[in-house]
Amino acid sequence: MSGYSDGFGGAWKLIFTLDPDLYEIIFLSLQVTITAVIIASIIGLPMGAWLAVNRFMFRRYVIAVLNALMGLPPVVVGLFVYMALSRAGPLGGFGLLFSPAAMIIAQVIIITPLIASISHQTIRDLWAEYHDLLISMNATRTQRIRALLWDGRRALLTATLAGFGRAIGEVGAIMIVGGNIEHATRVLTTAIALETGKGNFAFAMGLGLVLIVIAVIINLAIHIVGKTERASTW
Amino acid sequence: MKLILTALFTAFLAMAAHAETMRVAVTTSFYNSGLSEVLLPEIKAELDLDVELIVVGTGQALRLGEAGDVDAILVHARAAEDSFLAAGFGTHRREIMYNDFVFVGPPSDQANVASAQSATAALQAIALASAPFVSRGDDSGTHKKELSLWASAGIVPEGTWYRAVGSGMGATLNVASGLNAYTFTDRASWLNFGNKADLILLYAGDPALFNQYAYIPVNPTRWPHVRYDLALELENWLTSDRAKTLINAYMINGENLFFFNAVRP
Repeated sequence: MSGYSDGFGGAWKLIFTLDPDLYEIIFLSLQVTITAVIIASIIGLPMGAWLAVNRFMFRRYVIAVLNALMGLPPVVVGLFVYMALSRAGPLGGFGLLFSPAAMIIAQVIIITPLIASISHQTIRDLWAEYHDLLISMNATRTQRIRALLWDGRRALLTATLAGFGRAIGEVGAIMIVGGNIEHATRVLTTAIALETGKGNFAFAMGLGLVLIVIAVIINLAIHIVGKTERASTW
Repeated sequence: MKLILTALFTAFLAMAAHAETMRVAVTTSFYNSGLSEVLLPEIKAELDLDVELIVVGTGQALRLGEAGDVDAILVHARAAEDSFLAAGFGTHRREIMYNDFVFVGPPSDQANVASAQSATAALQAIALASAPFVSRGDDSGTHKKELSLWASAGIVPEGTWYRAVGSGMGATLNVASGLNAYTFTDRASWLNFGNKADLILLYAGDPALFNQYAYIPVNPTRWPHVRYDLALELENWLTSDRAKTLINAYMINGENLFFFNAVRP
Protein backbone atom coordinates (compact mmCIF):
# COMPACT_ATOMS: atom_id res chain seq x y z
CA MET A 1 0.00 0.00 0.00
CA SER A 2 1.96 2.97 -1.26
CA GLY A 3 -1.13 5.11 -0.50
CA TYR A 4 -0.26 5.23 3.17
CA SER A 5 3.28 6.44 2.71
CA ASP A 6 2.08 8.94 0.10
CA GLY A 7 -0.36 10.27 2.69
CA PHE A 8 2.30 10.72 5.34
CA GLY A 9 4.69 12.29 2.87
CA GLY A 10 1.95 14.62 1.63
CA ALA A 11 1.10 15.73 5.16
CA TRP A 12 4.67 16.70 6.04
CA LYS A 13 5.09 18.49 2.73
CA LEU A 14 1.92 20.48 3.40
CA ILE A 15 3.03 21.49 6.87
CA PHE A 16 6.61 22.35 6.08
CA THR A 17 5.98 24.24 2.86
CA LEU A 18 3.68 26.51 4.92
CA ASP A 19 0.95 26.11 2.31
CA PRO A 20 -1.19 29.24 2.86
CA ASP A 21 -4.43 27.49 1.87
CA LEU A 22 -3.80 24.82 4.48
CA TYR A 23 -3.20 27.40 7.20
CA GLU A 24 -6.37 29.20 6.21
CA ILE A 25 -8.32 25.94 6.57
CA ILE A 26 -6.71 25.10 9.91
CA PHE A 27 -7.35 28.62 11.22
CA LEU A 28 -11.04 28.48 10.24
CA SER A 29 -11.44 25.00 11.77
CA LEU A 30 -10.06 26.27 15.06
CA GLN A 31 -11.96 29.55 14.92
CA VAL A 32 -15.32 27.84 14.36
CA THR A 33 -14.75 25.01 16.84
CA ILE A 34 -13.26 27.10 19.65
CA THR A 35 -16.00 29.73 19.35
CA ALA A 36 -18.62 26.96 19.43
CA VAL A 37 -16.98 25.31 22.46
CA ILE A 38 -16.87 28.61 24.36
CA ILE A 39 -20.54 29.35 23.66
CA ALA A 40 -21.61 25.77 24.40
CA SER A 41 -19.64 25.83 27.67
CA ILE A 42 -21.22 29.12 28.74
CA ILE A 43 -24.63 27.48 28.22
CA GLY A 44 -23.86 23.86 29.08
CA LEU A 45 -21.75 24.06 32.25
CA PRO A 46 -24.22 26.14 34.33
CA MET A 47 -27.08 24.09 32.89
CA GLY A 48 -25.45 20.88 34.09
CA ALA A 49 -24.78 22.36 37.52
CA TRP A 50 -28.31 23.75 37.78
CA LEU A 51 -29.76 20.34 36.98
CA ALA A 52 -27.56 18.76 39.67
CA VAL A 53 -28.56 21.04 42.55
CA ASN A 54 -32.24 21.57 41.78
CA ARG A 55 -35.13 19.23 42.36
CA PHE A 56 -38.20 19.78 40.20
CA MET A 57 -40.94 17.91 38.45
CA PHE A 58 -39.91 15.89 35.39
CA ARG A 59 -36.22 16.39 36.33
CA ARG A 60 -35.49 12.78 35.50
CA TYR A 61 -37.08 13.18 32.07
CA VAL A 62 -35.20 16.37 31.32
CA ILE A 63 -31.93 14.61 32.14
CA ALA A 64 -32.89 11.59 30.05
CA VAL A 65 -33.64 13.84 27.09
CA LEU A 66 -30.35 15.68 27.59
CA ASN A 67 -28.44 12.40 27.62
CA ALA A 68 -30.25 11.25 24.51
CA LEU A 69 -29.40 14.50 22.74
CA MET A 70 -25.69 13.71 23.21
CA GLY A 71 -26.16 11.26 20.36
CA LEU A 72 -27.92 13.76 18.10
CA PRO A 73 -26.91 12.94 14.50
CA PRO A 74 -25.02 15.99 13.21
CA VAL A 75 -26.54 15.62 9.76
CA VAL A 76 -30.02 16.11 11.27
CA VAL A 77 -28.85 19.20 13.14
CA GLY A 78 -27.33 20.44 9.90
CA LEU A 79 -30.59 19.94 8.04
CA PHE A 80 -32.66 21.82 10.65
CA VAL A 81 -30.20 24.70 10.88
CA TYR A 82 -30.04 24.82 7.08
CA MET A 83 -33.83 24.99 6.75
CA ALA A 84 -34.00 27.71 9.42
CA LEU A 85 -31.23 29.86 7.96
CA SER A 86 -32.17 29.47 4.29
CA ARG A 87 -33.54 32.65 2.72
CA ALA A 88 -36.83 30.80 2.42
CA GLY A 89 -36.69 29.80 6.12
CA PRO A 90 -37.78 31.65 9.29
CA LEU A 91 -34.33 33.14 10.01
CA GLY A 92 -33.44 33.73 6.35
CA GLY A 93 -33.39 37.50 6.75
CA PHE A 94 -30.05 37.36 8.58
CA GLY A 95 -28.34 35.89 5.51
CA LEU A 96 -26.26 33.54 7.67
CA LEU A 97 -26.41 30.39 5.54
CA PHE A 98 -23.02 29.34 4.13
CA SER A 99 -21.10 31.44 6.66
CA PRO A 100 -18.84 30.53 9.59
CA ALA A 101 -21.60 31.81 11.89
CA ALA A 102 -23.97 29.13 10.58
CA MET A 103 -21.32 26.49 11.25
CA ILE A 104 -20.86 27.77 14.80
CA ILE A 105 -24.63 27.65 15.41
CA ALA A 106 -24.80 24.03 14.23
CA GLN A 107 -21.83 23.00 16.36
CA VAL A 108 -23.21 24.74 19.47
CA ILE A 109 -26.44 22.73 19.07
CA ILE A 110 -24.47 19.51 18.65
CA ILE A 111 -22.08 19.89 21.61
CA THR A 112 -24.13 21.77 24.22
CA PRO A 113 -26.06 18.62 25.31
CA LEU A 114 -22.75 16.76 25.53
CA ILE A 115 -21.11 19.41 27.72
CA ALA A 116 -24.25 19.86 29.86
CA SER A 117 -24.65 16.13 30.37
CA ILE A 118 -21.05 15.42 31.34
CA SER A 119 -20.92 18.45 33.64
CA HIS A 120 -24.20 17.37 35.23
CA GLN A 121 -22.71 14.01 36.12
CA THR A 122 -19.54 15.59 37.47
CA ILE A 123 -21.37 18.21 39.54
CA ARG A 124 -23.85 15.64 40.88
CA ASP A 125 -21.02 13.66 42.47
CA LEU A 126 -19.45 16.81 43.84
CA TRP A 127 -22.83 18.02 45.14
CA ALA A 128 -23.24 14.81 47.13
CA GLU A 129 -19.97 15.69 48.88
CA TYR A 130 -20.66 19.42 49.33
CA HIS A 131 -24.38 19.21 50.05
CA ASP A 132 -24.29 19.45 53.85
CA LEU A 133 -21.54 22.04 53.90
CA LEU A 134 -23.19 24.42 51.41
CA ILE A 135 -26.64 24.02 53.02
CA SER A 136 -25.24 24.68 56.50
CA MET A 137 -23.49 27.81 55.20
CA ASN A 138 -26.90 28.92 53.95
CA ALA A 139 -25.50 29.52 50.44
CA THR A 140 -27.94 30.73 47.82
CA ARG A 141 -28.58 28.63 44.70
CA THR A 142 -26.36 30.83 42.56
CA GLN A 143 -23.58 30.66 45.16
CA ARG A 144 -23.88 26.87 45.30
CA ILE A 145 -23.67 26.54 41.52
CA ARG A 146 -20.66 28.88 41.43
CA ALA A 147 -18.85 27.01 44.18
CA LEU A 148 -19.50 23.66 42.54
CA LEU A 149 -18.42 24.85 39.08
CA TRP A 150 -15.22 26.37 40.50
CA ASP A 151 -14.24 23.38 42.63
CA GLY A 152 -15.10 20.97 39.86
CA ARG A 153 -13.24 22.96 37.21
CA ARG A 154 -10.64 20.35 36.45
CA ALA A 155 -13.22 17.64 35.91
CA LEU A 156 -15.35 20.07 33.90
CA LEU A 157 -12.41 20.57 31.58
CA THR A 158 -13.10 17.01 30.44
CA ALA A 159 -16.63 18.03 29.46
CA THR A 160 -15.29 20.96 27.46
CA LEU A 161 -12.61 18.86 25.79
CA ALA A 162 -15.18 16.22 24.86
CA GLY A 163 -17.19 19.01 23.22
CA PHE A 164 -14.07 20.20 21.40
CA GLY A 165 -13.35 16.68 20.21
CA ARG A 166 -16.81 16.19 18.81
CA ALA A 167 -16.86 19.61 17.15
CA ILE A 168 -13.42 19.58 15.49
CA GLY A 169 -14.07 16.19 13.91
CA GLU A 170 -17.61 16.95 12.79
CA VAL A 171 -18.37 17.00 9.06
CA GLY A 172 -22.06 16.24 8.39
CA ALA A 173 -23.62 19.41 9.77
CA ILE A 174 -20.99 21.94 8.75
CA MET A 175 -20.90 20.57 5.22
CA ILE A 176 -24.62 21.30 4.90
CA VAL A 177 -24.77 24.71 6.57
CA GLY A 178 -21.28 25.92 5.58
CA GLY A 179 -21.29 24.69 2.00
CA ASN A 180 -17.53 23.93 2.00
CA ILE A 181 -16.75 27.17 0.13
CA GLU A 182 -13.07 27.66 -0.63
CA HIS A 183 -11.57 30.61 1.28
CA ALA A 184 -14.86 31.11 3.15
CA THR A 185 -16.23 28.05 4.92
CA ARG A 186 -13.84 25.24 4.07
CA VAL A 187 -12.51 23.50 7.18
CA LEU A 188 -10.30 20.43 7.67
CA THR A 189 -13.09 17.85 7.78
CA THR A 190 -14.98 19.18 4.74
CA ALA A 191 -11.70 19.49 2.83
CA ILE A 192 -10.98 15.84 3.60
CA ALA A 193 -14.41 14.83 2.29
CA LEU A 194 -13.82 16.93 -0.85
CA GLU A 195 -10.37 15.53 -1.60
CA THR A 196 -11.66 11.99 -1.07
CA GLY A 197 -14.40 12.77 -3.60
CA LYS A 198 -11.76 13.87 -6.08
CA GLY A 199 -9.90 10.61 -5.55
CA ASN A 200 -6.89 12.49 -4.10
CA PHE A 201 -6.44 10.03 -1.26
CA ALA A 202 -2.86 11.03 -0.44
CA PHE A 203 -3.81 14.66 0.07
CA ALA A 204 -6.95 13.69 2.02
CA MET A 205 -4.88 11.48 4.32
CA GLY A 206 -2.39 14.29 4.79
CA LEU A 207 -5.20 16.59 5.91
CA GLY A 208 -6.48 13.85 8.23
CA LEU A 209 -3.08 13.60 9.91
CA VAL A 210 -2.98 17.36 10.32
CA LEU A 211 -6.40 17.21 12.00
CA ILE A 212 -5.26 14.54 14.46
CA VAL A 213 -2.05 16.39 15.30
CA ILE A 214 -3.97 19.62 15.94
CA ALA A 215 -6.45 17.87 18.23
CA VAL A 216 -3.58 16.41 20.28
CA ILE A 217 -1.73 19.74 20.46
CA ILE A 218 -4.84 21.59 21.64
CA ASN A 219 -5.57 19.00 24.33
CA LEU A 220 -1.97 19.09 25.55
CA ALA A 221 -1.93 22.88 25.53
CA ILE A 222 -5.06 23.02 27.65
CA HIS A 223 -3.59 20.61 30.17
CA ILE A 224 -0.43 22.68 30.36
CA VAL A 225 -2.26 25.98 30.72
CA GLY A 226 -4.72 24.44 33.20
CA LYS A 227 -1.86 22.72 35.07
CA THR A 228 -3.76 19.42 35.04
CA GLU A 229 -2.38 15.89 34.62
CA ARG A 230 0.84 16.84 36.40
CA ALA A 231 2.39 15.03 39.32
CA SER A 232 1.80 17.88 41.80
CA THR A 233 -1.88 18.41 40.98
CA TRP A 234 -3.16 14.95 40.30
CA MET B 1 -6.02 31.41 28.78
CA LYS B 2 -7.83 34.77 28.66
CA LEU B 3 -5.12 36.09 26.39
CA ILE B 4 -5.64 33.26 23.93
CA LEU B 5 -9.39 33.81 23.89
CA THR B 6 -9.02 37.56 23.37
CA ALA B 7 -6.62 36.94 20.51
CA LEU B 8 -9.03 34.48 18.89
CA PHE B 9 -11.98 36.83 19.17
CA THR B 10 -9.98 39.68 17.69
CA ALA B 11 -8.95 37.45 14.82
CA PHE B 12 -12.59 36.47 14.35
CA LEU B 13 -13.69 40.10 14.07
CA ALA B 14 -10.82 40.92 11.71
CA MET B 15 -12.18 38.38 9.21
CA ALA B 16 -14.96 40.75 8.12
CA ALA B 17 -13.55 43.13 5.43
CA HIS B 18 -13.86 41.80 1.85
CA ALA B 19 -13.99 42.62 -1.86
CA GLU B 20 -17.31 42.11 -3.65
CA THR B 21 -18.56 38.58 -3.09
CA MET B 22 -21.21 36.53 -4.82
CA ARG B 23 -22.35 32.93 -4.50
CA VAL B 24 -22.85 30.49 -7.33
CA ALA B 25 -24.21 26.97 -6.94
CA VAL B 26 -22.33 24.72 -9.37
CA THR B 27 -22.57 21.04 -10.19
CA THR B 28 -20.09 18.57 -8.75
CA SER B 29 -19.13 17.54 -12.28
CA PHE B 30 -18.08 21.12 -13.08
CA TYR B 31 -16.16 21.44 -9.83
CA ASN B 32 -14.49 18.01 -10.04
CA SER B 33 -13.23 18.91 -13.52
CA GLY B 34 -10.84 21.42 -11.95
CA LEU B 35 -11.86 24.20 -14.34
CA SER B 36 -12.98 26.47 -11.50
CA GLU B 37 -9.41 26.51 -10.20
CA VAL B 38 -8.39 28.07 -13.52
CA LEU B 39 -11.30 30.51 -13.86
CA LEU B 40 -11.78 31.81 -10.32
CA PRO B 41 -8.33 33.41 -9.89
CA GLU B 42 -8.77 35.15 -13.28
CA ILE B 43 -12.21 36.45 -12.25
CA LYS B 44 -10.74 37.71 -9.00
CA ALA B 45 -7.90 39.44 -10.84
CA GLU B 46 -9.98 41.01 -13.60
CA LEU B 47 -13.25 41.87 -11.85
CA ASP B 48 -12.09 42.01 -8.22
CA LEU B 49 -14.95 39.62 -7.57
CA ASP B 50 -14.82 36.74 -5.09
CA VAL B 51 -17.00 33.95 -6.47
CA GLU B 52 -17.94 31.51 -3.72
CA LEU B 53 -18.89 28.11 -5.09
CA ILE B 54 -21.47 25.89 -3.43
CA VAL B 55 -20.74 22.48 -4.97
CA VAL B 56 -23.88 20.34 -5.19
CA GLY B 57 -25.87 18.29 -7.69
CA THR B 58 -27.99 20.10 -10.26
CA GLY B 59 -31.17 19.22 -8.34
CA GLN B 60 -29.93 20.90 -5.16
CA ALA B 61 -28.40 23.80 -7.10
CA LEU B 62 -31.85 24.56 -8.51
CA ARG B 63 -33.32 24.39 -4.99
CA LEU B 64 -30.69 26.82 -3.71
CA GLY B 65 -31.58 29.24 -6.49
CA GLU B 66 -35.27 28.82 -5.78
CA ALA B 67 -34.73 29.60 -2.07
CA GLY B 68 -32.58 32.64 -2.89
CA ASP B 69 -29.54 31.20 -1.12
CA VAL B 70 -27.24 31.82 -4.10
CA ASP B 71 -26.98 34.62 -6.68
CA ALA B 72 -26.68 32.40 -9.75
CA ILE B 73 -26.42 28.74 -10.75
CA LEU B 74 -24.33 26.86 -13.29
CA VAL B 75 -26.03 23.55 -14.14
CA HIS B 76 -26.55 20.98 -16.88
CA ALA B 77 -30.09 19.57 -17.05
CA ARG B 78 -32.12 21.31 -19.75
CA ALA B 79 -35.61 20.16 -18.76
CA ALA B 80 -35.13 21.09 -15.10
CA GLU B 81 -33.62 24.44 -16.12
CA ASP B 82 -36.62 25.23 -18.30
CA SER B 83 -39.11 24.55 -15.52
CA PHE B 84 -36.94 26.62 -13.14
CA LEU B 85 -37.23 29.55 -15.55
CA ALA B 86 -40.92 28.93 -16.21
CA ALA B 87 -41.59 29.17 -12.47
CA GLY B 88 -39.90 32.58 -12.41
CA PHE B 89 -36.99 31.54 -10.18
CA GLY B 90 -34.37 32.73 -12.68
CA THR B 91 -34.22 35.63 -15.11
CA HIS B 92 -32.72 33.94 -18.15
CA ARG B 93 -30.57 31.04 -19.29
CA ARG B 94 -27.22 31.50 -20.98
CA GLU B 95 -25.32 28.58 -22.48
CA ILE B 96 -21.63 28.70 -21.62
CA MET B 97 -19.89 25.52 -22.71
CA TYR B 98 -20.35 21.83 -23.39
CA ASN B 99 -18.65 18.49 -23.27
CA ASP B 100 -20.02 14.97 -23.35
CA PHE B 101 -20.97 12.10 -21.11
CA VAL B 102 -19.04 8.84 -21.29
CA PHE B 103 -19.31 5.28 -20.05
CA VAL B 104 -16.38 4.00 -18.03
CA GLY B 105 -15.87 0.50 -16.69
CA PRO B 106 -13.48 -2.39 -16.16
CA PRO B 107 -11.13 -3.34 -19.04
CA SER B 108 -12.55 -6.89 -19.04
CA ASP B 109 -15.83 -5.27 -20.24
CA GLN B 110 -18.10 -8.26 -19.69
CA ALA B 111 -21.08 -6.45 -21.26
CA ASN B 112 -19.00 -5.51 -24.32
CA VAL B 113 -19.93 -1.83 -23.97
CA ALA B 114 -16.90 -0.78 -26.01
CA SER B 115 -18.48 -2.10 -29.21
CA ALA B 116 -22.00 -0.77 -28.53
CA GLN B 117 -23.64 1.11 -31.42
CA SER B 118 -25.34 3.75 -29.24
CA ALA B 119 -25.65 4.93 -25.66
CA THR B 120 -28.93 3.11 -25.19
CA ALA B 121 -27.42 -0.06 -26.66
CA ALA B 122 -24.59 0.24 -24.13
CA LEU B 123 -27.08 0.38 -21.27
CA GLN B 124 -29.07 -2.54 -22.70
CA ALA B 125 -25.88 -4.59 -22.85
CA ILE B 126 -25.04 -3.76 -19.22
CA ALA B 127 -28.56 -4.68 -18.07
CA LEU B 128 -28.56 -7.89 -20.11
CA ALA B 129 -25.25 -8.99 -18.58
CA SER B 130 -26.41 -7.80 -15.13
CA ALA B 131 -22.96 -6.24 -14.93
CA PRO B 132 -22.34 -4.07 -11.84
CA PHE B 133 -23.29 -0.46 -12.62
CA VAL B 134 -22.91 2.48 -10.21
CA SER B 135 -25.45 5.29 -10.54
CA ARG B 136 -25.20 8.80 -9.04
CA GLY B 137 -28.74 8.46 -7.67
CA ASP B 138 -28.71 12.07 -6.40
CA ASP B 139 -31.02 13.95 -8.78
CA SER B 140 -28.01 15.68 -10.35
CA GLY B 141 -27.75 16.60 -14.04
CA THR B 142 -25.67 13.50 -14.72
CA HIS B 143 -28.20 11.35 -12.89
CA LYS B 144 -31.13 12.88 -14.81
CA LYS B 145 -29.31 12.19 -18.06
CA GLU B 146 -28.60 8.60 -17.07
CA LEU B 147 -32.26 8.05 -16.14
CA SER B 148 -33.47 9.49 -19.44
CA LEU B 149 -31.14 7.10 -21.28
CA TRP B 150 -32.51 4.14 -19.32
CA ALA B 151 -36.01 5.30 -20.25
CA SER B 152 -35.15 5.48 -23.94
CA ALA B 153 -33.52 2.05 -23.68
CA GLY B 154 -36.85 0.76 -22.36
CA ILE B 155 -35.29 -0.59 -19.18
CA VAL B 156 -36.14 -0.02 -15.54
CA PRO B 157 -32.75 -0.49 -13.86
CA GLU B 158 -33.31 -2.78 -10.89
CA GLY B 159 -31.49 -5.59 -9.17
CA THR B 160 -28.31 -6.09 -7.19
CA TRP B 161 -26.14 -5.12 -10.16
CA TYR B 162 -27.56 -1.57 -10.12
CA ARG B 163 -26.04 0.47 -7.27
CA ALA B 164 -27.42 3.97 -6.71
CA VAL B 165 -24.96 5.63 -4.33
CA GLY B 166 -26.61 9.04 -3.91
CA SER B 167 -23.31 10.93 -4.00
CA GLY B 168 -21.39 13.48 -6.04
CA MET B 169 -19.50 12.63 -9.21
CA GLY B 170 -16.14 12.00 -7.52
CA ALA B 171 -17.59 9.82 -4.77
CA THR B 172 -19.49 7.82 -7.38
CA LEU B 173 -16.32 7.26 -9.41
CA ASN B 174 -14.59 6.14 -6.20
CA VAL B 175 -17.30 3.52 -5.65
CA ALA B 176 -17.09 2.38 -9.27
CA SER B 177 -13.32 1.97 -9.11
CA GLY B 178 -13.66 0.16 -5.78
CA LEU B 179 -16.21 -2.28 -7.20
CA ASN B 180 -14.57 -2.40 -10.64
CA ALA B 181 -18.02 -1.55 -12.00
CA TYR B 182 -19.43 0.39 -14.94
CA THR B 183 -20.56 3.96 -14.40
CA PHE B 184 -21.82 6.99 -16.31
CA THR B 185 -19.88 10.22 -15.96
CA ASP B 186 -19.07 13.44 -17.74
CA ARG B 187 -15.75 13.53 -19.56
CA ALA B 188 -14.31 16.40 -17.52
CA SER B 189 -14.78 14.70 -14.14
CA TRP B 190 -13.37 11.50 -15.58
CA LEU B 191 -10.22 13.12 -16.97
CA ASN B 192 -9.51 14.97 -13.72
CA PHE B 193 -10.31 12.01 -11.43
CA GLY B 194 -7.34 10.85 -9.36
CA ASN B 195 -8.38 7.29 -8.45
CA LYS B 196 -9.16 5.58 -11.75
CA ALA B 197 -7.67 2.26 -10.55
CA ASP B 198 -8.43 -0.29 -13.32
CA LEU B 199 -11.28 1.65 -14.92
CA ILE B 200 -11.03 2.80 -18.54
CA LEU B 201 -13.21 4.85 -20.86
CA LEU B 202 -15.31 2.37 -22.86
CA TYR B 203 -17.92 4.25 -24.83
CA ALA B 204 -18.47 7.83 -26.03
CA GLY B 205 -19.61 9.65 -29.14
CA ASP B 206 -23.38 9.20 -29.31
CA PRO B 207 -25.01 12.64 -29.95
CA ALA B 208 -27.44 11.76 -27.13
CA LEU B 209 -24.49 12.16 -24.76
CA PHE B 210 -24.12 15.88 -25.44
CA ASN B 211 -23.71 17.78 -22.16
CA GLN B 212 -24.52 21.51 -22.17
CA TYR B 213 -23.69 23.75 -19.18
CA ALA B 214 -25.84 26.83 -18.70
CA TYR B 215 -25.72 29.81 -16.37
CA ILE B 216 -28.88 31.20 -14.77
CA PRO B 217 -29.00 34.33 -12.55
CA VAL B 218 -31.50 34.11 -9.69
CA ASN B 219 -34.51 36.39 -10.12
CA PRO B 220 -33.99 39.62 -8.10
CA THR B 221 -37.69 40.53 -8.13
CA ARG B 222 -38.31 37.33 -6.19
CA TRP B 223 -35.36 37.77 -3.84
CA PRO B 224 -34.35 41.45 -3.57
CA HIS B 225 -31.17 40.62 -1.63
CA VAL B 226 -29.51 38.67 -4.48
CA ARG B 227 -26.61 40.43 -6.21
CA TYR B 228 -28.10 40.54 -9.69
CA ASP B 229 -25.57 43.19 -10.74
CA LEU B 230 -22.70 40.85 -9.86
CA ALA B 231 -24.49 37.89 -11.48
CA LEU B 232 -24.65 39.84 -14.75
CA GLU B 233 -21.04 40.95 -14.40
CA LEU B 234 -20.00 37.31 -14.01
CA GLU B 235 -22.16 36.22 -16.96
CA ASN B 236 -20.51 38.90 -19.05
CA TRP B 237 -17.09 37.58 -18.12
CA LEU B 238 -18.02 33.91 -18.62
CA THR B 239 -19.10 34.67 -22.18
CA SER B 240 -16.07 36.87 -22.95
CA ASP B 241 -13.13 36.15 -25.23
CA ARG B 242 -10.92 35.75 -22.18
CA ALA B 243 -13.18 32.99 -20.78
CA LYS B 244 -13.35 31.38 -24.23
CA THR B 245 -9.56 31.17 -24.42
CA LEU B 246 -9.23 29.78 -20.90
CA ILE B 247 -12.02 27.20 -21.25
CA ASN B 248 -10.84 25.94 -24.63
CA ALA B 249 -7.23 25.80 -23.44
CA TYR B 250 -8.05 23.74 -20.34
CA MET B 251 -6.73 20.27 -21.12
CA ILE B 252 -5.65 17.17 -19.25
CA ASN B 253 -3.33 14.75 -21.07
CA GLY B 254 -3.88 16.69 -24.29
CA GLU B 255 -7.67 16.31 -24.15
CA ASN B 256 -10.15 19.17 -23.97
CA LEU B 257 -12.49 19.02 -20.97
CA PHE B 258 -14.95 21.69 -22.15
CA PHE B 259 -15.76 23.53 -25.37
CA PHE B 260 -16.89 27.14 -25.12
CA ASN B 261 -20.15 27.76 -27.02
CA ALA B 262 -21.72 30.91 -25.57
CA VAL B 263 -23.64 32.90 -28.17
CA ARG B 264 -22.77 36.58 -28.16
CA PRO B 265 -24.86 39.34 -29.68
